[in-house]
Amino acid sequence: MAPILELRGLKAYYGQSEVLHGIDIAVEEGGMTVLLGANGAGKTTTLRAICGMVRSEGEILFTGQRLDRRTTEQIAALGIAHVPEGRGTFIGLTVEENLRLGAYTRGGHPYDGMARMYGYFPILATRRRQQAGTLSGGEQQILAIARALMMAPRLLLLDEPSFGLAPRIVEDIFAIVERIRRDERVSVLLVEQNASLALELADQAYLIETGSVVASGSAKALAENPQVRRSYLGY
Amino acid sequence: MHQFLQQTFSGLSAGAIYASLALALVMIYRATDLVNFAQGEMAMFSTYIAWTLINAGLPFWIAFLITLAVSFVAGMAIERVVIRPVENAPILATVVVTIGLLLILNSLAGWIFTYTVQDFPSPFPDRPVFGALMTTRDLGVIGVTLVMLILLFAFFRFTTTGLAMRAAAQNPESARLCGIRVGRMLAIGWGLAAAIGATAGVMVAPLLFLDPNMMGGVLIYAFAGALLGGITSPVGAVVGGLIVGVTENLVGTYLIASQLKLTVAFVLIIMVLVVRPNGLFGTTIVRRV
Amino acid sequence: MTKDFTAAWRLIGAAVLIALAAALPFAVSTYHAFQLTLVMIYAIAVLGLNILTGYNGQISLGHGGFFAAGAYTAAILMHRYGVPYWATVPPAALICFVLGVLFGLPALRFEGPYLALVTLAMALATPQLLKYFDTWTGGQQGINLLKPVPPHWLGIDRDRWLYLVVLAVLLVAMRVAANILHGRTGRALVAIRDHPIAAAAMGINTARYKTLAFGISTLFTGVAGALSAIVISYVSPEGYGLFLSLSFLVGSAVGGIATIGGAIVGGLFIEFVPNFANDISDAAPWALYGLAMLLFMYAMPRGVVGSLGPWFARSMQRIRPRRAAFDDSEEQLKGRTL
Repeated sequence: MAPILELRGLKAYYGQSEVLHGIDIAVEEGGMTVLLGANGAGKTTTLRAICGMVRSEGEILFTGQRLDRRTTEQIAALGIAHVPEGRGTFIGLTVEENLRLGAYTRGGHPYDGMARMYGYFPILATRRRQQAGTLSGGEQQILAIARALMMAPRLLLLDEPSFGLAPRIVEDIFAIVERIRRDERVSVLLVEQNASLALELADQAYLIETGSVVASGSAKALAENPQVRRSYLGY
Repeated sequence: MHQFLQQTFSGLSAGAIYASLALALVMIYRATDLVNFAQGEMAMFSTYIAWTLINAGLPFWIAFLITLAVSFVAGMAIERVVIRPVENAPILATVVVTIGLLLILNSLAGWIFTYTVQDFPSPFPDRPVFGALMTTRDLGVIGVTLVMLILLFAFFRFTTTGLAMRAAAQNPESARLCGIRVGRMLAIGWGLAAAIGATAGVMVAPLLFLDPNMMGGVLIYAFAGALLGGITSPVGAVVGGLIVGVTENLVGTYLIASQLKLTVAFVLIIMVLVVRPNGLFGTTIVRRV
Repeated sequence: MTKDFTAAWRLIGAAVLIALAAALPFAVSTYHAFQLTLVMIYAIAVLGLNILTGYNGQISLGHGGFFAAGAYTAAILMHRYGVPYWATVPPAALICFVLGVLFGLPALRFEGPYLALVTLAMALATPQLLKYFDTWTGGQQGINLLKPVPPHWLGIDRDRWLYLVVLAVLLVAMRVAANILHGRTGRALVAIRDHPIAAAAMGINTARYKTLAFGISTLFTGVAGALSAIVISYVSPEGYGLFLSLSFLVGSAVGGIATIGGAIVGGLFIEFVPNFANDISDAAPWALYGLAMLLFMYAMPRGVVGSLGPWFARSMQRIRPRRAAFDDSEEQLKGRTL
């Protein structure tokens, strides 16, 4: 199967500094790929580069189309949903309005999509008229994922969904992500610091350190890689 | 007492106009963190367009609607052509650009339409009503403003584009990730603000008489009203504008005549702001360090 | 060795510039000397605004009011009390400093557009107040002043003498500004501008510095106002309205809001561009002035000195031998803008 997303020799820049030094990544269609690495390694930058949010060079191919010259809005319209670091929720708008916005690229009537989201995430149904900013961290994360799914995307980019959340909630969220991947048939590119949990779910994994890929392979292989175990899995 | 009520109501009528322009200012501020100093001159120019159409024989309301459409398009064009080049520049540069735009519009209006003060017809007859407390003209102005506010509210609350605009103003990056073309939303915002300004101009022209400097004072009061209400709050803009209108009238009647009226009105507004530095409905911005 | 070398060159360069500036009025007509004097007066006023808005981030739409305060102080002292012109500047400076501090204290509560409104109120109130207190200010008609007489032994005419006087004041003002801004106070102001919470957490007395910034800023502008009264020999309420305040703001932005040299560029812009606009078009000169503002902001959004300055400094670094790392902080301070 051809990869749904391919990065070839991707370099990214913040101002004058080069922060990604030629990355090669492939995400299999229908699979889950995880990017591991410490803070500042370049994982979030990679996702941002895919969505055209930072200056980059190199090739970004999505179902064979090049993304490099496109604007963020255009990339979203192609079916890539990005749940950014910090969730990016519209805190001033209600839960329902957030979901409606998720379906913006699908035009008119998102209501059937919303019903499905409320099915997956009953908590959102309870809070549908509440301002998103009043939700707890875990609820906001769920909302952000739901909003992304309203797009019926082909590729879901998830940036550190576990960030700042209690372990119990993190497990719930990951269970949701796994279920989504199966039921919605979405390909997922996940960025995570919480390596052990991510490696259990993912098919493929890449380890990024200071802007370069230093290890890659199946998730199982990386979980058994001694270097990874020492640095990121703690044993 | 009668005079008090009378002045209050006519203040509400003036206040409705300040409220409209204040709303336009707030809309643009919410989207761009920028106070559009040229909003008044844009409104003035629109009013001249309406005047030209009326003089050409068109009935008032047709001329008004055409003016609204033209102003909307012109507002969008101004955002794209004049403001877009400095949208990533320091705020001060954008402020200077709006000041420059103010001068350009004022000067062009004077050149094209001359500085002669003109009469502007009002669609509402000027008859006293409710025992001479108000005139039908006051009611008309308030009525038009109310209709406009309701339409705007409905637009932002119930339409997809309105929602997208609110999203783009709050969080442009997330909006882009949803596929919203933030640049276009900005332009629409400017278009709407221009149309609102045109309404204010057309409503106020019969009272102030039409000349290129007509909107200068109105803009200042609108600015004060917007801030009094809280620069980020549309409801605040309307309430603030109304309060400023009433205050201005009452100060002028009871406290002090023309010369210092503006100063006193401002001092009162500032006193309120000292107590509530973010305006009546403004939210304190909680900054995370 | 390197440091002495560059310092010597800087001194020579400065001396040459000053000599040229002093010689300039004699190479042009008296009217042009008068205009250049106004340029320098506006530069001092704009410098005041730069200190406040550029280095401390507090926006002011009301500096015309402080300019007027300085002008009328000088005018009243000369007209009513026969004070010689040169002796009116210190009192004007002091009064404007006090006014600035008094204004700066309540202004602490306001930020951004709210502060703009408060200062706007001041700009609008100024002509009204000047007309109201007409026993002191001469009301609508203003005050006519006698033009100062230059010392006989110099043998130059009035306009050129005043040019030199104002030049001296400008140089002192720039020196003082440089000392303040490149020293501890300046760093505190910039810290407060960029990261007010962090600055306060580090123990910087934010309130004191902000109020001080206001006072220093209005002092400069007030001195400029006093000089303007002396040079133009006339004050009237109409000259000190909102347009003047906005002109200062525009001059500040065009020159470079957080620069010292930019103030001179700003002064040039305020004085000459409207004149050029008038020459080009009789019908809509202000439209051209407005257009000039737009074009300057599109081309150089950080102002002339603000944009060209860092570029210039970088190319100078390629020519000169590299200086120690901590010297760059000064360049960074100069490059920051609002």
